[in-house]
Amino acid sequence: MGLLSDPVRRRALARLVLRLNAPLCVLSYVAGIAWFLALVFPPLTQRTYMSENAMGSTMVEEQFAGGDRARAFARDFAAHRKKSGALPVAWLERTMRSVGLEVYTQSFSRKLPFPDETHERYMVSGTNVYGILRAPRAASTESLVLTVPCGSDSTNSQAVGLLLALAAHFRGQIYWAKDIIFLVTEHDLLGTEAWLEAYHDVNVTGMQSSPLQGRAGAIQAAVALELSSDVVTSLDVAVEGLNGQLPNLDLLNLFQTFCQKGGLLCTLQGKLQPQDWTSLDGPLQGLQTLLLMVLRQASGRPHGSHGLFLRYRVEALTLRGINSFRQYKYDLVAVGKALEGMFRKLNHLLERLHQSFFLYLLPALSRFVSIGLYMPAAGFLLLVLGLKYALELWMQLHEAEVGLEEPGGAPGPSVPLPPSQGVGLASLVAPLLISQAMGLALYVLPVLGQHVATQHFPVAEAEAVVLTLLAIYAAGLALPHNTHRVVSTQAPDRGWMALKLVALIYLALQLGCIALTNFSLGFLLATTMVPAAALAKPHGPRTLYAALLVLTSPAATLLGSLFLWRELQEAPLSLAEGWQLFLAALAQGVLEHHTYGALLFPLLSLGLYPCWLLFWNVLFWK
Amino acid sequence: MAAAMPLALLVLLLLGRKGWCLAEPPRDSLREELVITPLPSGDVAATFQFRTRWDSELQREGDTDHYFLRYAVLPREVVCTENLTPWKKLLPCSSKAGLSVLLKADRLFHTSYHSQAVHIRPVCRNARCTSISWELRQTLSVVFDAFITGQGKKDWSLFRMFSRTLTEPCPLASESRVYVDITNYNQDNETLEVNPPPTTTYQDVILGTRKIYAIYDLFDTAMINNSRNLNIQLKWKRPPENEAPPVPFLHAQRYVSGYGLQKGELSTLLYNTHPYRAFPVLLLDTVPWYLRLYVHTLTITSKGKENKPSYIHYQPAQDRLQPHLLEMLIQLPANSVTKVSIQFERALLKWTEYTPDPNHGFYVSPSVLSALVPSVVAAKPVDWEESPLFNSLFPVSDGSNYFVRLYTEPLLVNLPTPDFSMPYNVICLTCTVVAVCYGSFYNLLTRTFHIEEPRTGGLAKRLANLIRRARGVPPL
Repeated sequence: MGLLSDPVRRRALARLVLRLNAPLCVLSYVAGIAWFLALVFPPLTQRTYMSENAMGSTMVEEQFAGGDRARAFARDFAAHRKKSGALPVAWLERTMRSVGLEVYTQSFSRKLPFPDETHERYMVSGTNVYGILRAPRAASTESLVLTVPCGSDSTNSQAVGLLLALAAHFRGQIYWAKDIIFLVTEHDLLGTEAWLEAYHDVNVTGMQSSPLQGRAGAIQAAVALELSSDVVTSLDVAVEGLNGQLPNLDLLNLFQTFCQKGGLLCTLQGKLQPQDWTSLDGPLQGLQTLLLMVLRQASGRPHGSHGLFLRYRVEALTLRGINSFRQYKYDLVAVGKALEGMFRKLNHLLERLHQSFFLYLLPALSRFVSIGLYMPAAGFLLLVLGLKYALELWMQLHEAEVGLEEPGGAPGPSVPLPPSQGVGLASLVAPLLISQAMGLALYVLPVLGQHVATQHFPVAEAEAVVLTLLAIYAAGLALPHNTHRVVSTQAPDRGWMALKLVALIYLALQLGCIALTNFSLGFLLATTMVPAAALAKPHGPRTLYAALLVLTSPAATLLGSLFLWRELQEAPLSLAEGWQLFLAALAQGVLEHHTYGALLFPLLSLGLYPCWLLFWNVLFWK
Repeated sequence: MAAAMPLALLVLLLLGRKGWCLAEPPRDSLREELVITPLPSGDVAATFQFRTRWDSELQREGDTDHYFLRYAVLPREVVCTENLTPWKKLLPCSSKAGLSVLLKADRLFHTSYHSQAVHIRPVCRNARCTSISWELRQTLSVVFDAFITGQGKKDWSLFRMFSRTLTEPCPLASESRVYVDITNYNQDNETLEVNPPPTTTYQDVILGTRKIYAIYDLFDTAMINNSRNLNIQLKWKRPPENEAPPVPFLHAQRYVSGYGLQKGELSTLLYNTHPYRAFPVLLLDTVPWYLRLYVHTLTITSKGKENKPSYIHYQPAQDRLQPHLLEMLIQLPANSVTKVSIQFERALLKWTEYTPDPNHGFYVSPSVLSALVPSVVAAKPVDWEESPLFNSLFPVSDGSNYFVRLYTEPLLVNLPTPDFSMPYNVICLTCTVVAVCYGSFYNLLTRTFHIEEPRTGGLAKRLANLIRRARGVPPL
């Protein structure tokens, strides 16, 4: 540190950093992106392995043979459901009791903040049915959950059939050490959320539900099942949960073990895993899967009802049966055997799943990237903001001070700095306050003002919310012309530099925090926002900067992500479709915040959007 | 319902003058009995009771000093054959003769419920209680499950349950009997058929309901001699429907609410399903010290209203020394659910205090509920010494109530747990980072730097400056 404590060398170093700043920034940004792309190549991606001792060495023999029974249950269920038009609660209760479970129901109701047009629901009320298989001679301290979410349409009846057949099979076994809860929820995720809140006796989202009559201790793990056909060609596994939470990697390893054992075709993000990792094809295919995972994790929405369990520290994943045009198909017995094996191994657990990774990225089902290896990618991107640019601005501001001093002040070190040369933080208060107020308006007004909007404009509530959202968002862009009058600037350059400095620090802090909790979201936002944020200044090609800034704003990132997502899924979007999807995604984002407590909407509206407005403000500084 | 009680060792010691019985009890006696209760779900419950009494030369003086009463509980105990073998060795006939031949470990642990207990207590031998006998009661209850043990069939026999039959009474026993509950669930006709047909029946009010039992006395020579062995068979005349089982008047449920590793709430739900009678229960809770209870958050609500307990005894925990003890007398209104909840904070343990499996969680012992539950049918006063053992463990003098002691389920609570897999690496890395970075940055940030002008002029200038300073003029 002698380098920094010597003022002469310090100044030399500062000059070096200032001169090399632009290349260093570009280098750092490119290094970040390159590091991320390199994650799919073998030295950085490793094979997954089972860490949990209790699930590793003990082999289990699956005996489930209730395929016919499952199909019969599924047919009955579908028939009863069609007849009643809702979840056939009485039939489910009767059937669960007949296979020897302890059966309870829970009714719930929830008025959504505005009508959900994708699922066509507004005032929701439903009933969850669950049966508990009590482990013999155990004291009901631990349990496992097998859940089937049933939506309003008639899908998933095969999953209910398989659940009942598995329950009947499990009931006849003596080896259970943990209770098993078989849960069928109505209104898919809303029902699951209601049940979970009631089970843990908390109210997070304003759900109204009846208290649970039966409980089975601390839930150790959960598996959600979605099946809509008697035969499947492959099983897809979803891990991304609410706010980008992931289950312990061992649960996924467990699923993969039984995929291999049963010879099942298993996919991740709907993609088969590449066989050959030595040539370029494998990693490229892995990159697609990885990008899909990043996009899904960044969205912060629960991709399946397992996502809601993760908040309560219950490791969970969703299995989806896919029936495509492939030749070879598996029947319910194969799926049932995989589930039986998974539950028997989970039953062996002595501790909660904790041995393996909680933070990882998956380029394929059998490959993972651990947090230690992917974090540098985000680190390099944030380096551009945090260190180089903030440092450069800080030094420029400092140099400006020194530059002002030198001609006027007497030579010698003992001259005190004139007080008027401070950065002028007071001038920053107005733009900061205005942009934060804009963010608050974006967060509060759309839902609050939907009724006013529907009275004055010929739109439905959901449309009103989305359009208000867009209107407020766009109105924010008009702000710089308002703020510059409020701000009294003495030294024009110093004003915007100080504002940009604050904005950069603000952005770096936010992105750093996001990247720690949800790497995908942090990385995605850093990739898009960092270059524009670094470039924004009121000189030079302003229109170019403005276009870049608009293209990398949070909303544009969302739109771009949607296109990228569909492109990666090999179902490209047309512009009109993309716009429709974008509007739907906005409405879903707001709804998910209110119904499940997803944090993406408040994060964008209260954190990143105001921050982005500051850069816009810098760009149009006069 | 199927929650197996952890091995409950109830030691009732040093009973006072008003002891359980005042008459002269028989000395050195053994009574054994087996109660078989078919349940409407198709399961069958079997309860063994063995009572041994012997004289003691220990003399009693004065009343029980409550300072010597101790209550201890071990919430984490999975019962297995290790618990059964020493328990069997306490029996006078071991498992050689009498009812105890049925105690085969592989069958007893192929059940859905298993509860094993030892009660030991002094019994007064005379009215003034100057000399005492000791009474050892061993009870074992199991529930055979129609789905697992019965493989779907709901007809039972001794052989099907225990894979043994009865051949002879224990020669040391004064009484050796099998009781089979043949109470009709429907009023109109018999639902259950017992084979061989019983010679005598016993009728009494058990836990508030009238029950009829068929008695098989092993000392009755006709019972054994006819077929050399006794294999009691139960056959349902009409198979019971798959209905929800009848609910008892008093039952309870306990759970931890909340999520996250900082705070939580212990909630106990007490159900009084009696249609018109309210009754008080005594709730005893011991909570380990590492759950720091916030006593001010203790709330008791029934039917949406606050329910003030008529008695509260709270003994706060001392870290690493003693758990919290909370005892309350709560009145349960008729047909109501009472929720008792108290918030807690999870303590951070020292790293050597964690168990070898810290991620399993830490157990919180069950709450204990003791209550005098009003019965529907009034019981006539009986001679406790003559009545069957299963009826006389907790005798109540008042015929309109019966005594119930319930244990709720134990709880599993996760505490904040450090990652034990690489504490060494973490400690080393952290120390290095702190030492290197923090030290030098702190140094840089707190020091101010000045460029010192090289001293020129030498001795003459210094002298001149000295003089100037003395004159009060700024130095050169």
